[in-house]
Amino acid sequence: MSAVNLADQTNLQPFNGEPIINDFAFTVATKNGSGSQTSNNVLVMSLFKMGIPVNGKNLFPSNIKGLPTWYTIRASKDGYTARKAITEIAVVMNQDTAAEDIKNLPVGGICIIPREWKWGQSRTDIIYYEIPVDEIVKNSEIDKAFKDRVGNMVYVGAVAQLFDIPLETIYDALLDNFNGKEKPAKMNFTIVQNAYKWTAENHTRRHPYRFAPMNATAGKIVITGNEASALGALFGGVTVVAWYPITPSTSLVDSIMDHKHIRKDPDHGGDTVAIVQAEDEIAAIGMIIGAGWAGARSMTATSGPGISLMAEFTGLAYYAEIPCVIWDVTRMGPSTGLPTRTSQGDILFTHFLGHGDSRQLVLLPGSVEECFEFGWRAFDISEHYQTPVFVLSDLDIGMNNWMAQPFAYPDQPMNRGKVLNAEELESFIQEKGNWGRYLDVDGDGIPYRTLPGTDHARSAWFARGTGHNEMAVYSERGDDWVRNMQRLHRKFEYARTTLPQPETDLKPGAKVGILSFGSNHDAIREARDWLRERDGIETDYMRVRALPLAQSVFDFVRNHDQVYVIENNFDGQLNQLLGIEYTDSRAHVKSMPLGDSLPMTPEWVYASIIGHRAGK
Amino acid sequence: MTTSRIKTNTLGLTREDYKGRPSTLCPGCGHDSISNQITSMAFELGLDQSKVIKMSGIGCSSKTPAYFLGRSHGFNTVHGRMPSVVTGATLANHDLTTVAVSGDGDTGSIGLGQYKHLIRRNVPMVYIIENNGVYGLTKGQFSATADEGQELKYYGRNELPAIDLALEAIIGGCTFVARSFSGDAKQVQALMKAAISHRGTAVIDIISPCVTFNNDDKSNKSYGYGKEHEIPLHEIFYFAPDYVEGKDEITLQNDYEGLIEVDMHNGAKVKLKKLDRDHDPRNRQQAIEVLESSHRDNIFLTGLIYYEEPRMTLNDTLRLTDTPLAQLPESKLRPSAEALKTLMEKFS
Repeated sequence: MSAVNLADQTNLQPFNGEPIINDFAFTVATKNGSGSQTSNNVLVMSLFKMGIPVNGKNLFPSNIKGLPTWYTIRASKDGYTARKAITEIAVVMNQDTAAEDIKNLPVGGICIIPREWKWGQSRTDIIYYEIPVDEIVKNSEIDKAFKDRVGNMVYVGAVAQLFDIPLETIYDALLDNFNGKEKPAKMNFTIVQNAYKWTAENHTRRHPYRFAPMNATAGKIVITGNEASALGALFGGVTVVAWYPITPSTSLVDSIMDHKHIRKDPDHGGDTVAIVQAEDEIAAIGMIIGAGWAGARSMTATSGPGISLMAEFTGLAYYAEIPCVIWDVTRMGPSTGLPTRTSQGDILFTHFLGHGDSRQLVLLPGSVEECFEFGWRAFDISEHYQTPVFVLSDLDIGMNNWMAQPFAYPDQPMNRGKVLNAEELESFIQEKGNWGRYLDVDGDGIPYRTLPGTDHARSAWFARGTGHNEMAVYSERGDDWVRNMQRLHRKFEYARTTLPQPETDLKPGAKVGILSFGSNHDAIREARDWLRERDGIETDYMRVRALPLAQSVFDFVRNHDQVYVIENNFDGQLNQLLGIEYTDSRAHVKSMPLGDSLPMTPEWVYASIIGHRAGK
Repeated sequence: MTTSRIKTNTLGLTREDYKGRPSTLCPGCGHDSISNQITSMAFELGLDQSKVIKMSGIGCSSKTPAYFLGRSHGFNTVHGRMPSVVTGATLANHDLTTVAVSGDGDTGSIGLGQYKHLIRRNVPMVYIIENNGVYGLTKGQFSATADEGQELKYYGRNELPAIDLALEAIIGGCTFVARSFSGDAKQVQALMKAAISHRGTAVIDIISPCVTFNNDDKSNKSYGYGKEHEIPLHEIFYFAPDYVEGKDEITLQNDYEGLIEVDMHNGAKVKLKKLDRDHDPRNRQQAIEVLESSHRDNIFLTGLIYYEEPRMTLNDTLRLTDTPLAQLPESKLRPSAEALKTLMEKFS
């Protein structure tokens, strides 16, 4: 693929072939806690400001300072945003991983490395640009106290020079990064400028990679999934948030705190959302169940270990029929697992969470736009069905920056569900003769509820996890139990038809179907294009957006000669769920689980499908 | 036909209107007596049951909210985690008055963490512990409040020191801590009335004998022991906010020397007439010493052990709007389309 003429390198001649514009990727290798986040954000935002579709992913360790961390930045003129398996450029700033980072470069790749390391240039098939990082910082006129914190700005300047990012764009991005504060922006910019100048004076460009302005990001936003989820919750009317810090969900609640001012009561000045840091996840879920029971729109955000602790309480909420919303920003498990690595491994666990016969509603956002949408919609669904709703984002969507369309304002008024106030309860009783908390009056399995504080002598009911009849009275009778479970199942089957339905992309004549969910979307989109362009294989694609699985999922499986179920967990959990719910033959269904703790790449999807077909 | 004048309260309701469903506990259970006192307390204070929530965890004690205040919403939650559910419910609606019942297993073992954190947050509620030192529904295991040296039929001798839940409350920052005996109905009721007037977590640790598994006279959680050994610290008088002297049947000479008077948040007054011991519940050191001496000297001291002016409740610390969150209209829950547009510009 590379157009590099290696002879140029030995002669140190400038590259004068066909440039590769806006279609390559970087890996920036640094030490965790070294301040590289600012540098990486500035690079990403600069490309965004140049109008180039860009995506940044942070691959970081479970550590505060010192362990290796990588940041990948991908520019794609065609708008692909998946992580690439191989990046053409490595900014090598961590000696601990330098050997491997250099080894991973493809032929014709580029290595930007501190000159003072005297690392040598063992590979002859790549291009080295050595930059005197310490010297540039030392010679820059900035406050001494900050000199040990700005080293990473050197590579920003070098990259800007080597690949054509205008300095003024870098400065704009720096200003944004420091919320418009000129002092820190200028200080960092001094380093950038000096590195840019040094690179221009001392290096000849020997590579084909260039950035050039485009117009593909106008009107778009850049946001993390966790921020999107938080904004969705605030526009969904969340009133009680209880949580316990856990990676990678923490920034979701942080973001609710950052933006809760948009929900100040204008008449009173007080907050309309209560946020409580609980002592553990058991208390967090207990609080939001108490709040949901009392009429709040309540939520928590957690990850796998937190979900484990919430199992008993969510069984209670399922059975006592209490609304609440639980975000699971999924990380790699089991156990503590890989806390800073992405996964889709909680789909079965959350769907069946609770002992005994429980089935939970699960939403599966596949983008930051859907994090926002499901952020508000989850409350409508939860209150409509009077049951917990799990929203499964993951570390990749949640913590990485994504380019997106500005979010669409909720297109429906809030659905507060079947809640009777005192007057409504009175007319209900007049009309129907009786009210019971668990009576299925409408045949949809969803009963009517009253909230504590309802001023009516007959509004009270006793919420409990123990067996109960339609009147919410304790019962150990088998027939009461079975009738109640049957009603819960009616509710569940009804949810199958109304939860967010799968999104499909169908191509005429395609015999191959790809079934997936969540953050794999971008890798699959790109791999499908490769399958078509390189191999003439046309594919249909269905992205599941909620559990229980919609009927259209079963139809999709039935209507294809070959179905690949692609997911980012080790055991193929969506495929297992299909095995439970799809009763026809699945001989043509191939499970393709990844579960290697990293965001899925198009290379993996493509190779897996091609490999499977070759093996036939 | 004879007509009898049935006593009604300020809301025109009878005591019958404050009852729950029939109890399914063992006949003679101390917990039933406490349920009765809750019923009476609510009736006499004229509580609006629609504004009360009755909460519990799991265990014999936690079954009892079904047996009182039939017109109040109730929630029988999971074992040891009632405090978190109350926390959430009262965040959603700060107008609710909480009467919660727990047991020594529910609070002292599985729920000790939530108990301490509830107290730390000062969530306003009456937290009644029906303490019998034993697990009933699982047939007679020791609980963590069982005294060292106590013996049980199947489980032998308890070699571990007891956890004193009243002491834990004081150390944890609780501003109202009492101990009582389910056999002392009058004191239980006076303490409950005071507790419900308190703005903060109010703990009443009530020794409530288990007639089936732990009622041997030798056990200090038995009726026999309690009746024989209870030493009330004070005589407690509760004066409702609307109390008019001479009208109600409370007789207490105000000039009694050493009378301790406590003004409750809702305008009620609690007056404590000292008995044999000189205990001022407003003194934290004394309160701790009362509890320490109970264990050291193996005596059964009851009454209001500790009281202080309540600090900020959890809701106070959150600077919320006045309207209960659960009652906010959609216009205050969903910012405008314009607000979203402005936000989106910040991310562009």
